[in-house]
Amino acid sequence: MNVIVCVKQIPDPALPGELDPSTNTLKRDGKLILDESDSYGVEMALQLVNTAGDGSVTLVSMAPNDEVSGLRTALAMGAEKAVLVSDLALAGADALTTAKVLAGAIGRAGDFDLVIAGTESSDGYTGTVPEQIAEVLGLPSVGFAKTITVDGGTVKVDRQTEAGYDEVTCTLPAVVSVTAGVVEPRYPSFKGIMAAKGKPVDTVTAADLGIEAVSWAQQITSVDDAPAREAGEVIEDDGETFNKIVEFLDGLKVI
Amino acid sequence: MTLNNIWVFAQADGDTASTATLELLSKANTLGGSVTAFVAGSAGGAAAAFADHGAAKIYETGDLAGSLPGPAVSSAMQAVISGGDAPDVIMFPQNYEGRDVMARLSVKLDRTVLTNSTDITVDGDSVRVQTPIFGGSKLVNSTFTGERPFLAAFRPKSFEAAGGAGAAGEVVSAAAGELGATGGATVTAVHVEETSGPKLDEAAVVVGGGRGLGDAEKYDMIETLAKLLKGAPGASRAIVDAGWVPYSYQVGQTGKVVKPTVYIAAGISGATQHMVGMKGSKNIIAINKDKEAR
Repeated sequence: MNVIVCVKQIPDPALPGELDPSTNTLKRDGKLILDESDSYGVEMALQLVNTAGDGSVTLVSMAPNDEVSGLRTALAMGAEKAVLVSDLALAGADALTTAKVLAGAIGRAGDFDLVIAGTESSDGYTGTVPEQIAEVLGLPSVGFAKTITVDGGTVKVDRQTEAGYDEVTCTLPAVVSVTAGVVEPRYPSFKGIMAAKGKPVDTVTAADLGIEAVSWAQQITSVDDAPAREAGEVIEDDGETFNKIVEFLDGLKVI
Repeated sequence: MTLNNIWVFAQADGDTASTATLELLSKANTLGGSVTAFVAGSAGGAAAAFADHGAAKIYETGDLAGSLPGPAVSSAMQAVISGGDAPDVIMFPQNYEGRDVMARLSVKLDRTVLTNSTDITVDGDSVRVQTPIFGGSKLVNSTFTGERPFLAAFRPKSFEAAGGAGAAGEVVSAAAGELGATGGATVTAVHVEETSGPKLDEAAVVVGGGRGLGDAEKYDMIETLAKLLKGAPGASRAIVDAGWVPYSYQVGQTGKVVKPTVYIAAGISGATQHMVGMKGSKNIIAINKDKEAR
């Protein structure tokens, strides 16, 4: 069972996000970390390989400036190797370009049974990349998985829906996107962190993957401040504040 | 060139048209040009509502036999487009099926996608969409620069659904082509987790609970209050991820968008992820020990 996991290295979401004033795209030039929503996919992949009893987990990622700190986190969790597409020409790439590049990186990563990705990144959240990768590779896909079990040549997935969830059966190889909370991601052990330093990261450019012309058909024209909401009234609870809430709700005619 | 031909990816639950679809059809109907609904499965009794909200034509793929709609609907759309009925814009709802169809179609047609948007405007030759970022504090305006059709997805409740359009709603069959390996995913069972009472995204009162409640048992208070106020209980992503309540309770960027008369947030810090899903609420009551919670 070989699983490839698409991971994104993003600016720390705990820090306030910033736009590059010249391009109006998200600033990604500082230290990048493993997108937390991808740590679920990495954990799921490790568990599936462990259950199968053979095979390995390979990471694919795209980032400018040869950034690997997020990849090292996932390698420390137990992934075996990584393919990193690092190319300044890809800065600000749209979701379709990203999917083509990651599909190329998946082709370079070797044989696989399953590709796992997060449903959407925490910084850009276009939310189409996993399905686009599947289409580029000509594979079936199941999005928004909350459980995954591999059974011979098929994968069984509980897929979230607006109202609950669907049970889906899918032929392998396939692309599955996982939601946060699908599994509890492990913390890298000290041993894992030390081992990760020596694990292979194959760094390539878009051209190395046979992707020559890189452009995308969308342009940010301007960024506006949203109209601010009026600041609310702050009431410190004195034990009787619920009366004020009841009064407020009464005024709105909802009680 | 203005917009002559606008498609909307349309959804229905049995004979009931989805609210998100009616919102998109209504908006499409104000942009000039003819409006087409493209349905996964059969339009059935929902066809009348689609027409009433502006659909002059309704393409339907017919029964998908349990296959996920992404590969099938995108294949059917591609077939109609190569057959000569080429739209200028295709509008998708920002939900599971909308995303899947849009993503597949984007690769088939080699077109970019713009998602999570809340508005669309046509200005001469250019089509602009507006997308809130940073929890809705900034609005990014983007234009499509390539060839048509432009593919754009919109958050629920971005537009008002307006009936009375009286469009023809002519139903036309549009079958999917051979899907090969891409059609390998099949739904074998459907589970519904909805609570009793009003639906979360339609309730006039929503009571949201977050990590600040302390532990999973305390969420009972949220359910009780919601019931007393004839509202719906909601949740932050943090407690859904922690397994306190099912995902169908989640309010936020990856959950439901709510615009109730009153939103009561109990023990919710107001992370960007959550704000995006409830900032359209008319009145907000936040109960928190942190005065700085947004």
